[in-house]
Amino acid sequence: MSETNKKDTAGTAAVPHQASAPADGSAEREVLLRVKGLTKHFPIKKGLLQRQVGAVKAVDGIDFEVRKGETLGVVGESGCGKSTMGRVITRLQDPTSGSIEFEGRDITRLSTGKMRPMRRDVQMIFQDPYGSLNPRHTIGSIVSAPFRLQGVEPEGGVKKEVQRLLELVGLNPEHYNRYPHEFSGGQRQRIGIARALALKPKLVVADEPVSALDVSIQAQVVNLMDDLQQELGLTYVIIAHDLSVVRHVSDRIAVMYLGKIVELADRASLYEAPMHPYTKALMSAVPVPDPSRRGAKSERILLLGDVPSPIAPPSGCRFHTRCWKATEICRTTEPQLVELKIGQRVACHHPENFADQAPQDTVLLSAAKEASELVPDAVLEESAAVTEAATEAAEASATAEDTTPEAKTDAEPAADADAEAETAEEAPAEAAAADAEESAAESTDK
Amino acid sequence: MSKLEKAALGEPATDVAAPSDAQDAFLSVRDLRIHFSTDDGLVKSVDGVSFDVKRGQTLGIVGESGSGKSVTSLGLMGLHRAANAKVSGQVWLDGQELIGADPDEVRRLRGRKMAMIFQDPLSAMHPYYKVGAQIVEAYRVHNKVSKKVARTRAIEMLDRVGIPEPDKRIDGYPHEFSGGMRQRAMIAMALVNNPELLIADEPTTALDVTVQAQILDLIRDLQKEFGSAVIMITHDLGVVAEIADDVLVMYGGRCVERGPVGEIFDQPQHPYTWGLLGSMPRIDRETADRLTPVKGQPPSLINVPSGCAFHPRCPYADLPKGNVTRTVRPELEQVEGGHWSACHLSAEDRTRIWTEEIAPKL
Repeated sequence: MSETNKKDTAGTAAVPHQASAPADGSAEREVLLRVKGLTKHFPIKKGLLQRQVGAVKAVDGIDFEVRKGETLGVVGESGCGKSTMGRVITRLQDPTSGSIEFEGRDITRLSTGKMRPMRRDVQMIFQDPYGSLNPRHTIGSIVSAPFRLQGVEPEGGVKKEVQRLLELVGLNPEHYNRYPHEFSGGQRQRIGIARALALKPKLVVADEPVSALDVSIQAQVVNLMDDLQQELGLTYVIIAHDLSVVRHVSDRIAVMYLGKIVELADRASLYEAPMHPYTKALMSAVPVPDPSRRGAKSERILLLGDVPSPIAPPSGCRFHTRCWKATEICRTTEPQLVELKIGQRVACHHPENFADQAPQDTVLLSAAKEASELVPDAVLEESAAVTEAATEAAEASATAEDTTPEAKTDAEPAADADAEAETAEEAPAEAAAADAEESAAESTDK
Repeated sequence: MSKLEKAALGEPATDVAAPSDAQDAFLSVRDLRIHFSTDDGLVKSVDGVSFDVKRGQTLGIVGESGSGKSVTSLGLMGLHRAANAKVSGQVWLDGQELIGADPDEVRRLRGRKMAMIFQDPLSAMHPYYKVGAQIVEAYRVHNKVSKKVARTRAIEMLDRVGIPEPDKRIDGYPHEFSGGMRQRAMIAMALVNNPELLIADEPTTALDVTVQAQILDLIRDLQKEFGSAVIMITHDLGVVAEIADDVLVMYGGRCVERGPVGEIFDQPQHPYTWGLLGSMPRIDRETADRLTPVKGQPPSLINVPSGCAFHPRCPYADLPKGNVTRTVRPELEQVEGGHWSACHLSAEDRTRIWTEEIAPKL
């Protein structure tokens, strides 16, 4: 807890305008897993000597903590490093650098032998219920494997315990001697869950636990995981790409982009007022099962192109190549993950729904100008208005210190305003926003 | 060749007449059945499905895996091997019957008049050939043009689907494309002959939401531009709500509910449709504490449950009098307008259950 407070005060010092009440309600729970500066780079080797010529930076410096009894959801596009993160925190893969603390104990560099007792407490549920069960073993032997490997003799014998577990996850205990191929996808996933729960773990890392399942079966498994958490007091890290599922299961959510956490917040804050433009774009892209909202397409933000390669991630903010708000600072300076609002950490220079963290930097990058065409006017307008309001409020409180690099801001806002005016012809509502922008430009000129 | 020209030429030569209620439909399917005989028994993947799609309209087909969605689409395209699959029923494409037609005739239509976008672009594209070569092939099969012209056309299509630097990417191999790009390239391949019917089988399932949004927009734009009829097969009700005009819900190889998209979401009539809606976590609503899944497993298509195939999983199976849900197979009945549902529950019961029990929980 003290850790978060410390981080928060550090953040406040670096960034002037932000909420300064670090009293975090959810921080009262004990931290089970703490990850600091975690990186995982996969070397790329070439040539006769297998010299390293580069690295896939799958996970590139992430910090977060998981508290006892909570569910942390991790979302992101494919290739953002979320699965690698899951495999590194369970030590299925060794981190390149950084530290992982489980119950206050550093497990980053534990040897395989020393790690073994820890495996009891940290278990994993895998994505593919077909690939994660050995087809030549019976269900009984699959679910009892953890007992054999750990040398644990449960009360009443292994068989009885396995049957209890099968019943717990909603399978018929009489199926003890059947083989995986005799089960459907949903049932196989239940077998995987039974195996993960065999040793009464404290932390379960689930990598896309339901994405291979049909919707109706998916709901069964989601409910099952929910029940088990309440019954057994489990802590989950659920990695998924489906934002609706993650919203349903998680207490807090981390959004990853190219090996970094760009936003980490509790569920309500994240879904109601996402601060990172990427989070906003990601959420706007989720198809809503409500045909009457189809007309209201205005909220949809289309991102340009694909996620850049993690071999050579963009400089500065990694999202700047696709962001409609990107300015010069985004290309040069990497934004830190700071707690802007209680329980909401964001790594962005120009967050949504909050005061701009780099208001002096107003020149849009060319990539951003292109990208902003794909962002509906309503969104731009709204974000401009919110940012204006927040910035003005912040400026009013901070005594005017207007020695911003004027030479730079002088010329460009006018050009910007022109561009704004052009779009204003198309959408009359835009005019208001353009006006606000102009007045803002004037105020900075003074 | 237009419908009128065909009529003038005396086509179709088949003795069956096009269904009278489907005059304006571009594609009409009547009682399509696709059965596979296996060592374990006869698999009735599709067992009597009928629907119409008009030009410029999108039909969404939803259902669980194994409900017969994909088999239906492959059947429309005539892609089932005759030795393995027994296909019966009628498929009318622009006034031409396809099921009984000469395979060569169907092949001439395939790719030109009707085209398909597959779920997995990595396995649908040949890894050995360049992307451009595969698009060029698709174009030259149906158009007598030089390679150069076809290449220009392929570049134009790649550009149209939003692939940057199409003149360079055309010489790339499928593995050099990212998932979203590959899917775009496949869409370009499917659209290169301006097909009037486009069947998309889970075109976005393997993709991230951001890319999915791009692809759906693309399909929508292209449809607007060419006025094609689109069949969108998916298990994601969100995608259906986004893009479809009509929805067909399949269960156990049969259609259990069919209707305009608004009615399917506002006034669904079948307990399975309720189950699908209840299973889905929704991003646009307050979070419910629990989802309401459909209990049990999808049915086996070899031993389809007697009576209503959904009865073992249906929470309301005991409501209708007698043992009717277990003995009599419900037929599609008109609810109103174009909305049809196959359920034994009385209309009052359905309305009551939907408004009182299901809708408030969504």
